[in-house]
Amino acid sequence: MADDKDVLRDVWFGRIPTCFTLNQDEVTEREAEPYYLLLPRVSYLTLVTDKVKKHFLKVMKAEDVGEIWFEYEGTPLKWHYPIGVLFDLHAFNTVLPWSITVHFKNFPDQDLLHCSSNSVVEAHFMSSIKEADALKHKSQVINDMQKKDHKQLWMGLQNDKFDQFWAMNRKLMEYSTEEEGFRYIPFRIYQTMSDRPFIQKQFRPVSPEGKVHTLGILLKEMYPAAIPNEGEQKRYQAVIHGIEPLLETPLQWLSEHLSHPDNFLHICIIPVPTD
Amino acid sequence: MSGSSLEVRAGVCVRTPGAAMPVSLLWAVDVYGRVYSLSTAGQQWEHCRDALMEFKRVTAAQQCCWGIACDNNIYLNVHASDLSIRYQEETYENQRWNPVDGFSDRLLPSDRWQWSDITGLQHQPLDSFRLPSGSWEWEGDWFIDENFEGEPTEKGQGWTYSIDFPATYTKDKKWNSCVRRRRWLRYRRYKATDTWAKIPSQQSTLPDPFSDISCGGWELSEEPRGRLSLWAVSLQGKVWFREGIHHHNPEGSLWEEVSLPGEVVQISCGPGDLVWAVLWEGQLIVREGIGRDCPKGSSWVVVDSPSPDVGAIHVAVGMNVVWALTKDNKVWFRRGVNSHNPCGSGWINMVGEMLMISVGLNDQVWGIGCEDRAVYFRQGVTSSELSGKTWRVINVPRDGERSHSSASASSLQSAGCYFCGEVRGQSVASDVESDTEKGSTDGATGLVASDYPESLDAPADQTSDGPKPLIPKVTSDSFISELVSDRDSAKTAPSVLPEEDDVPGDGEVTAPSSGAALPQSQSGGPHDPQWSNVDLEEAQILQVQTGLVPESSDTCSLSSVATYTLAMEDQYGADEHPLWAWVSGGGCSVDTHSQLHWFNCSMNSSSLVQSVQSMSLSVSPAQTAAWRKQILEQLSERSKREMDNFRHYEQAIEQSVWVKKGCMQWWRDWKPHKWIDVQFALEQFTGPEGNKDGILFIYYNFCEEKKYLHAFINEITILVPVLNEAKHTFAVYTPERTKQRWPIRLAAATEQEMHDWLALLSVSCCDSRKIQGPPSKQAVWSITCKGDIFVSEPSPALEAMPYPTPCDQMFWRQVGGHLRVVECNSVGVVWGIGYDHTAWVYSGGYGGGFFQGLASSTDNIYTHTDVKSVYIYENQRWNPVTGYTSRGLPTDRYMWSDASGLHERTKTNTKPPSPQWTWVSDWAIDYGVSGGTDREGWQYAADFPASYHGYKTMKDFVRRRRWARKCKLTTTGPWQEIPPISLSDVTILPCATQSSSGVDVVPLWAISNKGDVLCRLGVTALTPAGTSWLHVGTDQPFKSISIGAASQVWAIAKDGSAFYRGSVSPQSPAGDSWYHIPSPAKQKLKQVSVGRTSVYAVDENGNLWYRQGVAPSYPQGSSWEHISNNVRKVSVGPLDQVWIIADKVQGSHGLSCGTVCHRLAVQPLTPKGQSWDYGIGGGWDHVTVRGNSMEPPRFRLPVLSQSVLQVKDVAVNGNAT
Repeated sequence: MADDKDVLRDVWFGRIPTCFTLNQDEVTEREAEPYYLLLPRVSYLTLVTDKVKKHFLKVMKAEDVGEIWFEYEGTPLKWHYPIGVLFDLHAFNTVLPWSITVHFKNFPDQDLLHCSSNSVVEAHFMSSIKEADALKHKSQVINDMQKKDHKQLWMGLQNDKFDQFWAMNRKLMEYSTEEEGFRYIPFRIYQTMSDRPFIQKQFRPVSPEGKVHTLGILLKEMYPAAIPNEGEQKRYQAVIHGIEPLLETPLQWLSEHLSHPDNFLHICIIPVPTD
Repeated sequence: MSGSSLEVRAGVCVRTPGAAMPVSLLWAVDVYGRVYSLSTAGQQWEHCRDALMEFKRVTAAQQCCWGIACDNNIYLNVHASDLSIRYQEETYENQRWNPVDGFSDRLLPSDRWQWSDITGLQHQPLDSFRLPSGSWEWEGDWFIDENFEGEPTEKGQGWTYSIDFPATYTKDKKWNSCVRRRRWLRYRRYKATDTWAKIPSQQSTLPDPFSDISCGGWELSEEPRGRLSLWAVSLQGKVWFREGIHHHNPEGSLWEEVSLPGEVVQISCGPGDLVWAVLWEGQLIVREGIGRDCPKGSSWVVVDSPSPDVGAIHVAVGMNVVWALTKDNKVWFRRGVNSHNPCGSGWINMVGEMLMISVGLNDQVWGIGCEDRAVYFRQGVTSSELSGKTWRVINVPRDGERSHSSASASSLQSAGCYFCGEVRGQSVASDVESDTEKGSTDGATGLVASDYPESLDAPADQTSDGPKPLIPKVTSDSFISELVSDRDSAKTAPSVLPEEDDVPGDGEVTAPSSGAALPQSQSGGPHDPQWSNVDLEEAQILQVQTGLVPESSDTCSLSSVATYTLAMEDQYGADEHPLWAWVSGGGCSVDTHSQLHWFNCSMNSSSLVQSVQSMSLSVSPAQTAAWRKQILEQLSERSKREMDNFRHYEQAIEQSVWVKKGCMQWWRDWKPHKWIDVQFALEQFTGPEGNKDGILFIYYNFCEEKKYLHAFINEITILVPVLNEAKHTFAVYTPERTKQRWPIRLAAATEQEMHDWLALLSVSCCDSRKIQGPPSKQAVWSITCKGDIFVSEPSPALEAMPYPTPCDQMFWRQVGGHLRVVECNSVGVVWGIGYDHTAWVYSGGYGGGFFQGLASSTDNIYTHTDVKSVYIYENQRWNPVTGYTSRGLPTDRYMWSDASGLHERTKTNTKPPSPQWTWVSDWAIDYGVSGGTDREGWQYAADFPASYHGYKTMKDFVRRRRWARKCKLTTTGPWQEIPPISLSDVTILPCATQSSSGVDVVPLWAISNKGDVLCRLGVTALTPAGTSWLHVGTDQPFKSISIGAASQVWAIAKDGSAFYRGSVSPQSPAGDSWYHIPSPAKQKLKQVSVGRTSVYAVDENGNLWYRQGVAPSYPQGSSWEHISNNVRKVSVGPLDQVWIIADKVQGSHGLSCGTVCHRLAVQPLTPKGQSWDYGIGGGWDHVTVRGNSMEPPRFRLPVLSQSVLQVKDVAVNGNAT
């Protein structure tokens, strides 16, 4: 019988086949071949694209190389969103491999954060984890951890070590038996159609009356349009890790099993394809 | 009717076999006198429908519940158990020899009675035995005890001979045997279980009826088993103590009045030695002098009411707590209460206003709220915080509120004939039989009531009968007294009717004495217009409010509703919640780890179902939920979609070596052995074939030179946690280290760190060996002396000939839980027994304990508890001046020591075995020491160390006594408890082949911890817990049992003799009779194991015996053949393979005790094997190979040589015998 552990593995080892092509405006010495890579859904673009960078730098002059950034069909891709979120948000329901354009100039300062090194990613990742634990356990678990434990979380993500990461992360996913779940569920709801980057509010896994909150209840509260009214055509999909969980799925379970390594449940609301 | 009541009873009976959780009950009575119980695993109040009348009060213990019914009689409800209450009556037939008649019943005038008790002093003919009450029945007729001290007597006649009365008897007739006697036995059985049986009243000594009862005292002594104290208060304020309640006499024998300093209104008895009562004037009294030898206590001490102006009205005591209520409903907690100071030191005012309070097991507290009459549970009560944190309302529906179908049926029924229900007739009949007096007063009351002017708010006690004016002394009870004790209020209801002339008739109908006699048609036919009016109206109200008219209390609820409808509608509206009158937690076992589902259920049944499902998010129900299935399916689709066609793509992150480092201490290999600081590192990498592997490094300094020790992860055979109070250590074994009996011993800085490392190393080891998921059905299970459970996957070559897998190469992984015994068979049925004798069944999971996260399955892991005792000894020496004192000689042992006397162990410095264990009791004298003790628990001897006896002689100069303190472990593991019977041994039929269907019944036998032989029914591969026990009668207690592949059942009695059970078959799972098998000469057997055909037994001196001459036609065999010594335990498997736990196994670094060993060269023709192969040890206590039915791969030998081999085998066999 499949176990919930399998869900964790499936989530961790999710990969998006990606084709990187160099932006045509870049000055190159010779034509750049596209570069094909399996990107971990749970990681970050700048963390896993050293090979891509190396590949394209081979055909470029050093003086033409600025900070690398990525773009998909005109949209600059925010490296500080997990890769899976970027894909689900912008390219779900499209043909694979995912075609990403690589830029080395004209960094869109308005849209993207700078990322000079992996330590910036690390800082971002750790601050997400801390924020999530503040919601879940009033920061008690993360504060009880030692520096090396924090490092283990980060190294686990960086080196794609599932065991290493989860040996530590499981503590972040625990809650006392007296409670029915986390204090608040760390979640973010993304949408392409809005200027707001994402929705994030305090939301408990169980109502004061003891009713279990489900994905449907969360969406109804946060993004009512995502739920079709009776007899209506479904207009939006709520996608997590490339799947559409049923609306009756308990939020606490989702948070424990379908959160990204940053401990947030990232939910993408995307329009149902019209064709 | 009878069908439905049966169904209800099944529902009420908590001891549903195979229940997942250990279940206990909270009992309560609502204001209408209906009795309900709420299970710790349940989510609704179950109406106790076989309570044929209304109850005022209940007081519960774990095994039973006592109650006072509205007839003021006391009723007892003993919970049914598969192990029935069976009492053995015995009497002796005495005969004397004379030259004329030989042995005859003609005795000398100076002799004893011809039929007597064992002493000969009591005349006891067979027909003098009477059943103690109507709740008992004879099991069969008298029969002769054919055995004497475990040996069969001559011709099975049971005679034992002696020179004269009274003397010692032998089973052999000698030349000087002048007298003989034999024992006759007859069993009687308590039949009134799961029903309210009336305790016969003693009219002569009890002039007034009871108004309060409280039971407790079960912690005072374990002898006799199941002993209870029951205290009762009569309406006149007298206190009575029920003598002689214990397991074999659940009803007790008689009431004894206890003298008092005043009039008592209410009393409370705790599980231990606390008894408090409330006086009419508002003070409290505390019983002193209660102890093991004197459960009744000796004197009272008065304690003032918590509040100087307001008297106390109610008290509730537990093991170490006292709670009280004053007349203004304020709640008080008594500080500083314990055994030595039962009065405590001062009162603390607590939050909340309550009508009554009950203290249950583990000092947990329940109360009934003053405002809402809801049942509250005190949350956060722990041994360190006895006053708890907050009151939390128990918010669960009653069973009637959810079963709408039955509700409508019964309300229809009651609408038709409201007052003529059979139930009512029965209830009346039951109390009428002895209470003619009461019947007549009630009849009189009925007439009074009918004359009474119509009014809804008439105080009930104005209409009440004789003893009534005394009742309102206890205010918390008065509400119910008003309602319940009487149908008077019922009579007020019809009085609202316009037709005055009908009222007298109604009075007659409701009067209990006449109600039984009334024909149904007369009292409530649908043609009776007035009645149908009322009925419909009431039925509607009831339907709105509760959705059900419980049939057994129709009259009562009618009356109550009629009286209180208005008030209730005002206060609570349609969403009514039950009004409670009394609650008892005395049988309810809740502790800090209990997960109760009592607080969140709403009345709406649909939302209830939802919350039930979600309460257990991480356990099984979620596993089967549609949303979960959908997620798994989508994830696998996603993998296909996004990855299957792109496998050739490069991975973004390259896999690399991962190193985890840490600091540890290492017990160094060279002398002098000591703990030294080392660096510890685990390097994990992915091997060439994608398999994971790793190396363990231990870096140490030797003569200022850096050195290291390493072990390959794939060579590690076992990781053993060795928790003790001083260090968090674990041992790492490889085959080499197992041979040496010298593991790598490491100590982590904290327990948490040790567990993290163990979990990580364990995952690495399993990964490297590609072991994942739950153990297979063939797995070999073992247990260490610390109770840790290990499991090993047998290789097909484990039993191969001639080259079996060496048993030091077996890889063992740990499974959560704590057990003393584990037994399994090859269809995957695995049972365990804890140190506290709790039975557990394996749930199919893996991990648990400290294996959290990845090394553990999410489902099938449950809370697992165990309790064991820690012992210390108090030693004293006699001197001529002061007698025995704790002043010893300078050369003596510590005055407080361990068993050896070598280590000091005081009450304060003795800690639980490891930090995982917590104390759950105080130190108490242990009277159950072998050799016996005196009344104060002392054992005497001439000097330390010596053999001790339980009485003092002139030559004894030292004495000691043992103190025990219980500690409890709470962990998790893949085990589910099988309540309620405690076991000491269990055996499962070893199937030779795996059954494919999973529905074949698997024979499973067990011994209860009292020595009863039990046979489990309904065990299959799919339902390994089975359904119920079948009790197999024996004339003496047993201690070990084993069933072979052909249903051969062998057992060992506590006296060391062996028995064979005849005619056990699938058709007759319990067999027919026991056959005595003589033990090996001068040896007392202790354990037996039966494989396919082989029978092995171990005696108390560590000898292993093989039963010779066992054949299908002669299954008892002929004689015992000695195989080996230094054997502690044996397990014979379905292939007749023989494994033992051996002592004194030599390793390169020393002897080890408790080693798993494998008998080599066991073959069908040489079942005794040749020699031992040594595996993991020491410190092992138990092994079972009864799941391993994997036939070893066969070597294809040429036909000729095979026959040669067989001939050789026969020859060897012949030589040996």
